[in-house]
Amino acid sequence: MSDLTMPTDAMVAVRGLAKRFVLHNQGSAEIRVLRDLDLVVSRGECAALVGPSGIGKSTILRCLYGNYLASAGSLLVRQGDNVVDLAVAPPRAILELRRHAIGYVSQFLRVVPRVPSIDIVAEPLIALGQGEAAAHRRAADLLGRLRIPEALWLLAPATFSGGEQQRVNIARGFIVDFPILLLDEPTAALDDMNRQTVVDMIRERKQAGAAIVGIFHDDAVRDAVADRRYDVTMNRRAA
Amino acid sequence: MSPLDEATAAAAPAQPANTDGYNFAYLDEQTKRMIRRALLKAVAIPGYQVPFGSREMPLPYGWGTGGIQVTASIIGPDDVLKVIDQGADDTTNAVSIRRFFRRTAGVPTTERTEDATVIQTRHRVPEVPLQAGQILVYQVPTPEPLRWLEPRETETRKMHALQEYGAMHVSLYEDIARHGVIAKSYNYPVCVNGRYIMAPSPIPKFDNPKMDRSPALQLFGAGRERRIYAVPPHTPVKSLDFEDHPFTVQSWEESCALCGATDSFLDEMIVDDQGKRLFVCSDSNYCERRREPAGGEGAL
Amino acid sequence: MSEQPILQVSGLSHRFGRRIAVADVDFQLWPGEVLGIVGESGAGKTTLLRCLSGQLAPTDGRVAYGDRLGDMVDVYALSEAGRRMLLRTDWGIVHQNAADGLRMGVSAGGNIGERLMAVGDRHYGNIRGHAVDWLRRVEMDIGRIDDLPTTFSGGMQQRLQIARNLVTGPRLVFMDEPTGSLDVSVQARLLDLLRRLVAGFRLAAVVVTHDLHVVRLLAHRLMVMQGGYVVESGLTDQVLDDPQHAYTQLLVSSVL
Repeated sequence: MSDLTMPTDAMVAVRGLAKRFVLHNQGSAEIRVLRDLDLVVSRGECAALVGPSGIGKSTILRCLYGNYLASAGSLLVRQGDNVVDLAVAPPRAILELRRHAIGYVSQFLRVVPRVPSIDIVAEPLIALGQGEAAAHRRAADLLGRLRIPEALWLLAPATFSGGEQQRVNIARGFIVDFPILLLDEPTAALDDMNRQTVVDMIRERKQAGAAIVGIFHDDAVRDAVADRRYDVTMNRRAA
Repeated sequence: MSPLDEATAAAAPAQPANTDGYNFAYLDEQTKRMIRRALLKAVAIPGYQVPFGSREMPLPYGWGTGGIQVTASIIGPDDVLKVIDQGADDTTNAVSIRRFFRRTAGVPTTERTEDATVIQTRHRVPEVPLQAGQILVYQVPTPEPLRWLEPRETETRKMHALQEYGAMHVSLYEDIARHGVIAKSYNYPVCVNGRYIMAPSPIPKFDNPKMDRSPALQLFGAGRERRIYAVPPHTPVKSLDFEDHPFTVQSWEESCALCGATDSFLDEMIVDDQGKRLFVCSDSNYCERRREPAGGEGAL
Repeated sequence: MSEQPILQVSGLSHRFGRRIAVADVDFQLWPGEVLGIVGESGAGKTTLLRCLSGQLAPTDGRVAYGDRLGDMVDVYALSEAGRRMLLRTDWGIVHQNAADGLRMGVSAGGNIGERLMAVGDRHYGNIRGHAVDWLRRVEMDIGRIDDLPTTFSGGMQQRLQIARNLVTGPRLVFMDEPTGSLDVSVQARLLDLLRRLVAGFRLAAVVVTHDLHVVRLLAHRLMVMQGGYVVESGLTDQVLDDPQHAYTQLLVSSVL
């Protein structure tokens, strides 16, 4: 039984997280990425994961989304009045969390081909039971804010530029007001104006009380949004 | 009685002699027993197709072997037999089958519907309403109403057993979609006793209402397909339809050119090379009787 | 999450003689969830699907269906009539080959309307209205309502199959390689349609496929089968991105 106690204001509490990969078809080679990570993120706070490339920053986000299985440790997240340990939660519970509690903006846009971008963006809202019309309106707002030309809304994003694809990705990740947001290099392919827009959007979320864990390779962006930095290098609790 | 019938009746002995060593009505007694068992089952489950051991008959499949086997199993020396083909007593098949029973059973035959105790028919129900104590034997080519939709016998049996008849209405739906009306005009599917869906044989839908709660016993024999089914007297028989496309029967603007009837099923006949058309009662006896109301049959 | 599972499977095994086709499968499925079953040919996926969908009584184990009234019903304790009724109302089956799931000699409208007629609908206008509705929902030209499926492309036939199944509002749909016989370009649109229908109608679905792309796009949860056994299960993206079992890792790394 995992200990489900968390500090009152905390939205995310990671304890002793370890992650290793065993490659069975390569002579059972073992790759240890994370050893013993602790991390607490509170309401309205943005924590930036720092460290060199390949150190495991994305791995932490993926564990927090249930995309990777933790090898050891606990991943506590707050869902309404409850606390759930992602490390042991059944798939059904994680799906529920993903619908309501945790949003994830990955580095790359991955979608069903041939679906118009406005539908891609609206989908998470529709999945929550919102009407199509209302969800499409909200999607249009976000796409507009991120300066995606209206002419592109009915097109599938496969032929968009990297920056456009990333903005569609961000719109999709921000359309629902998730209390916990995981951002993996959200501004990587963006120009100055759009980067600033994303910074604004992140700030608005913080104000609304969301807890954010992010990876920002751009120092300026990180300084603009992060309240704390976690150095993943030593896989241990850092200041 | 026609001269031919009169002569037969006079010649028929009380115990008919077997023609060339054949049993009474051609079939051996064991076969008759087997068919009677099937008939009893059929009567006990109205509309249900009972498999039976159809025998080789002295005429090919497709010529009424099923009907003949049923008639042969139920007919007795006290019966009076009428045989019609498309309503007429005088077509080749009707004449042949009537002669067959005269020779093998020596039973009296008639063309008058009311005088018959057993009526074997191909594709028509007589216009004169049948009475209690009469038996109508239908010749059936394809006993399975669902066959056009579902070729597998194993599957159609299940559909009947489980009353899965949605597919039957699909055929009617297709008609309406294609023609605007239910175009099926013969062998129109019916629901018997609220339970089994049955193929009434290729009688015109005009005749379907006559099957409903008839005081007569209706038996159906399919020789090639080896099935027997039945509708006991006073059984409800309802033609399938849709609420917004109710079942209707054929009607004609014309009346019978020979007897003037407006209430019978009319055959259309081209009478000359110019394409002149006449509409005539399909039920030949009915037509004849209307033309000679004083009774007795005139020569056809 | 106090909701009843829609399917509860315990200890499901099936043997053909001495050959193990499916061994010891346990899982629960909830409304709105799509469960993918992957593995190579011969892994037991289709046998498992047949056992789950009431078409093949397993040699061991139990398949229970959570009906509309909230009761868990043992599928194989039902009469055959009961099971066939389920398959016509609460359940749907989408076959890989549209010809297996359609009446090829019946018009599109007739195909869609059949299930309605099978449960007692006797109003032609109504039935046709529903058929038109569903043709729209699966994004087919309603002008083709009276055409035979033989005149449709593969993708359209599959859409028709889907409409035919969903017209009675089933809660659980079984699919065997739903996009298997389709061109790659057609698959994408069909998968998207399936996703939206599943979400829009809160369907639960079990999808058998050997194609990992299909499963990633369509399924929330995944079971990987090898030699009749479930070697790994979990969230689809987790199983594909962080495979634990050797066989899963092999499968994932073999994707073109």
